[in-house]
Amino acid sequence: MNDALVTGDALASRFTELPRLLEADRDLIRRGAFFDCRFKAEIGPVPFDIRLDGGRIVVFERGPFVMRGWSFAISGSLQAWEHYWRPVPAPGWHDLFALRKRGEMTIEGELQPVMAHLQYLKDLLALPRQIQTEL
Amino acid sequence: MAVSLEPIVGRYMSLELGGRQNRVYFEEAGQGIPLVCLHTAGADGRQFRHLMTDEAVTNHFRVMAFDMPWHGKSLPPEGWQREEYRLTTSSYTEMIVAFCRALELERPVVMGCSIGGRIVLNLAIEHARLFRALIGLESADFQTPWYDTSWLNHPEVHGGEVCAALVSGLIAPQSPDVSRHETLWMYKQGGPGVFKGDLYFYRVDGDLRSKTAAIDTNICPLYLMTGEYDFSCEPTDTQRTARGISGTHVTVMKEVGHFPMSENPAQFRRYLLPVLEEIRTL
Repeated sequence: MNDALVTGDALASRFTELPRLLEADRDLIRRGAFFDCRFKAEIGPVPFDIRLDGGRIVVFERGPFVMRGWSFAISGSLQAWEHYWRPVPAPGWHDLFALRKRGEMTIEGELQPVMAHLQYLKDLLALPRQIQTEL
Repeated sequence: MAVSLEPIVGRYMSLELGGRQNRVYFEEAGQGIPLVCLHTAGADGRQFRHLMTDEAVTNHFRVMAFDMPWHGKSLPPEGWQREEYRLTTSSYTEMIVAFCRALELERPVVMGCSIGGRIVLNLAIEHARLFRALIGLESADFQTPWYDTSWLNHPEVHGGEVCAALVSGLIAPQSPDVSRHETLWMYKQGGPGVFKGDLYFYRVDGDLRSKTAAIDTNICPLYLMTGEYDFSCEPTDTQRTARGISGTHVTVMKEVGHFPMSENPAQFRRYLLPVLEEIRTL
């Protein structure tokens, strides 16, 4: 197995902690009170099907999938997530839109729910940053 | 008096801009060389409050910051409800020159951030002799757009929340939490469509790439200072701009993003004080 696959699997495994991390963050759940959606997050080659109800994760499945539907998709390269989840991300690797601008991330699909809940989504997807401090 | 009052004083003035009267709010503190500060798009002059309570600055400079019409405590002009607000290169330039003339400021220094950083380049192009020095924070003659501004004023998206959420990524991770959220609060308070209207200048009307070669820094020194975490106006945008303007002083600020004066005042002053010290000797 090459380094990229090892890293990718490690990053995807880290992302699977997301439901637990969110449940521990009462403030983030409060801010997502009106957020119901289904979206795809891609950690490198690994897709995740995530459904939110009132800001809480009610479905969280790791792919691959065959023709799943979703409202929007946020897809980052392995390098993007690895940098984004560092304790202090480097300049240009520290925000979803910075990553999009540098070509390491795409944000596609129905963008109204993304923009209406943008800070929630940024903070949700940054939660795995906490894991390194727990190890 | 039992309470400790800040030295900042706020006043209102009536300014004629574009043939219409505008009630404009400004704050000031200190004495000495006039230093007019220009806030970022969609925000207001409170961004400079730390500078106005810093005696290392106010002992030598009369620091002033006005809220542009439509922003902060300044009102939009009469009839605003029937128009779409759009800042332009000419209206922004007119506003700054009118403010300085109204207060009879003698060769002030102007320091602007973001759109304010862009417009100081135009001041250098069109009005260099009016100013002692110009400081552009997060300044470039052009930057690549990084999102669709139609979301900033959309009936299905809360304007204050989305404006703040977008710019939150422009703040450096090292900036203190209290300063980060104070900076974002101003974005949450902006009027509908105002941030978008400011960005009309930034994105559509204010491309200065073909004009900056006319800047003569012998007439008016130009200082450009950009935070390393600013991915809207990246340090490379500032450096590219400076390469076309002989004599420009460029500083890339560590652990700072797009809002140096409000997101991390302590870090910003480390970079700003030497520049102000140099300007005092001009």
